[in-house]
Amino acid sequence: MKVGVVVFPGSNCDHDTYHALKHVCGQEARFVWHKDSDLSGLDAVVLPGGFAYGDYLRTGAIARFSPVMRAVTEFAGQGGPVLGICNGFQILQEAGLLAGAMLRNRTVKFLSQPVHVRVERDDTAATAGLPVGSVLTMPIAHGEGNFYLPDDEVDRLEQEGRVVFRYTTRDGRLADEANPNGSLRAIAGICNRERNVVGLMPHPERASEAALGSADGRRIFEALVTSLVRA
Amino acid sequence: MKGIGGYGNAFGCPTVGGEVAFEECYGQNPLVNALCLGIVKADAIFKGRAEGVGNTVFYVGAKTGRDGIHGATMASAEFGEGSEEKRPTVQVGDPFMEKVLLEACLEALKTGAVVGIQDMGAAGLTCSTSEMGARAGTGVEVDIAKVPKRETGMTAYEVMLSESQERMLLVAERGREQEVMRIFEKWDLHAEPIGRVTANRRLRVFHDGVLEADVPNEALTDAAPVYDRPWTEPVNPAAAENVLALPPPADLGQALLQLLASPSIANKRWIYRQYDSTVRTNTLVGPGSDAAVVRVKGTRKALAIATDGNGRYSWLDPFEGARLAVAEAARNVACSGAVPIGATNCLNFGNPEKPEVMGQLVKAIRGMGEACRRLEIPITGGNVSLYNETDGRAIYPTPVMGVVGLLEDADTVLRRWFVEEGDLVYLLGTTGEDLGGSELVKVVHGKIAGRPPRLDLEAEKRLHALLAEGAARGILRSAHDASEGGLAVTLAECAFRGEEPGLGGRFDLPGGLRPDVLVFSETPSRAVVTTPDELRIAELARRHGVPWARVGVVGGGRLTLVSGGAALVDLPLERLHEAWMSLESLLSTRSA
Repeated sequence: MKVGVVVFPGSNCDHDTYHALKHVCGQEARFVWHKDSDLSGLDAVVLPGGFAYGDYLRTGAIARFSPVMRAVTEFAGQGGPVLGICNGFQILQEAGLLAGAMLRNRTVKFLSQPVHVRVERDDTAATAGLPVGSVLTMPIAHGEGNFYLPDDEVDRLEQEGRVVFRYTTRDGRLADEANPNGSLRAIAGICNRERNVVGLMPHPERASEAALGSADGRRIFEALVTSLVRA
Repeated sequence: MKGIGGYGNAFGCPTVGGEVAFEECYGQNPLVNALCLGIVKADAIFKGRAEGVGNTVFYVGAKTGRDGIHGATMASAEFGEGSEEKRPTVQVGDPFMEKVLLEACLEALKTGAVVGIQDMGAAGLTCSTSEMGARAGTGVEVDIAKVPKRETGMTAYEVMLSESQERMLLVAERGREQEVMRIFEKWDLHAEPIGRVTANRRLRVFHDGVLEADVPNEALTDAAPVYDRPWTEPVNPAAAENVLALPPPADLGQALLQLLASPSIANKRWIYRQYDSTVRTNTLVGPGSDAAVVRVKGTRKALAIATDGNGRYSWLDPFEGARLAVAEAARNVACSGAVPIGATNCLNFGNPEKPEVMGQLVKAIRGMGEACRRLEIPITGGNVSLYNETDGRAIYPTPVMGVVGLLEDADTVLRRWFVEEGDLVYLLGTTGEDLGGSELVKVVHGKIAGRPPRLDLEAEKRLHALLAEGAARGILRSAHDASEGGLAVTLAECAFRGEEPGLGGRFDLPGGLRPDVLVFSETPSRAVVTTPDELRIAELARRHGVPWARVGVVGGGRLTLVSGGAALVDLPLERLHEAWMSLESLLSTRSA
């Protein structure tokens, strides 16, 4: 599998994501500069975390106008797997590829801590082959990860099975104290209708090696490979 | 905290550890010391040197404004009435610009077209131009009309002294300017040629071709006047008080709960959770252990980093306080299994024009120098923050040390908390009657008094060598230094598993001291370690000449301390842990 890691000015998890894909998971990877729009030869695209354009405006609001986003939209439209992590998720929301918006964390503070998320679907580009109900431990590091959608839209999201990850306790129970940022219905990750575009707030690339405290995140990158094989 | 998090998080540099201390004297002069550790290939080091006559001097990064003019001089003045209006001269940082500038500079350095580079810090362009020229034995000529500005009508004086952030000065080889400029264009930055390198060893400043300044480099750098200020031997009457004469706490368990909840000792999760500690995927040990440890990708190695400083000790005795700061930072690094390889420092003091403050500075520097020489840790740089006074009252002399250590094998890293039920717990080092300046005397008696602990640097060095070898050979499973709050706090912190209550332990401490002294004394050069192997640790301690005593066993879910058959502390771990985590609820309530 050859994965493109998009680099926006202010991306700061680009090298981490590249490292996890290439050196941990053994996949081919290359950086894609945000001013480029050539995604040829890529099997999947990852939008990494960071503070694209400093996040001085709404997170992701400027990055979505980068030339690469036209190409990403086209790539996604053709069914190509796209994964947005943290700021990458926010950019996908701004670009209209994923639903919802991120409010400030309910503590109104940046949160850097390990969280547990439960896999809700095994039929998306980022969870293919992962048992539904399994719990993954990964860090979050964000100030704005409080997922929000109007009631009727979040209902529809649920009905369509597009909630991919939820914050839970270590043993997979929903609990208010396990929801770090106050996300609506403890939503940590979602997908589009076609299930090939997935966004999540936790950082799988920071939990891909046991030495870093958890290797659970690696399963998400491996699921990307699985989804390609299935497709 | 917002400043550190807001910048570091966006910039993408993990905040992996640190220390927070609270004293009333910092109320009006809060100190923030930051240590930033980077890695560079030994054969790819760039220096702040303006080499090569005729080469082009580039200005890159943010535009120049009037912000920060005289910033360095403001930082060198006492705060008093009317100084509120001075504070806005502090610049507002732009982490996004810094991040983009960093990426662009690293990329530009790879072209091979850059011969020297320096950031614009204190005294902005004046410092960077004259220093780069002085180091290379050349001169630098700039035209400030070409400097990108965000305000109109700026004079040459203002441009040269502005301390606007996120700016770099770089010198590129003549004829290869385009290579450098292309990279900055890519990052939507602009590299502006503002001058050139000359042979005359002078800084010459032009404004639209009109000469505004012509100064020999040396006048601004090496030949600048050196102060030789008068100083007096620091004498603090509080240090003469016999704190052993204070009444011992009636209930040692209660005192321990009080100490665990005191702001300087309590867990700082509320703070460190606001800092991204995991970006760059190298953090093996984040906030909450003795040292932070980051691996070096592409090698088996890891680096341990610790910062320490105890203003109370230094106020009571600046010489001893500085020695203790070095020893503790190095010991924290050693407790992670690393060998200390370098130190840096920030000297935070009051107004050095006062002979008694100058005396504190003189003594602290001597203490720091002595400790580093004896422990064989080179000090590679540092920073000074003087004039920390409000209305004539100085902060405690606060030398803060940062020590970096090397682990040859990242897999051998140690953390402070107990790992395995049934492991044997050893105390390395000897406990003396060291309550002077201690957390106990402060928290229980509300006093800062007594002589700080005496440090034996040879004993300290032997302990570090033992810890490094014990970690490398896999003899040790955990290690934690005994410092603020004494053995009782140390053992509790070992018994906790970081943010979880943890395994607990039962300890029988060697007698001979008054019980409260035994458990709360802050004698340096001690560590609590665990091992499954009785024979190997005994051999190790004997060979290194470190006093050792087996004091207990891991497990049981309680913290039980006995000595000479008497129970000193016996509490469930949850209760102690709750006290230790109480800062979080306190701070969250206040801010809500």
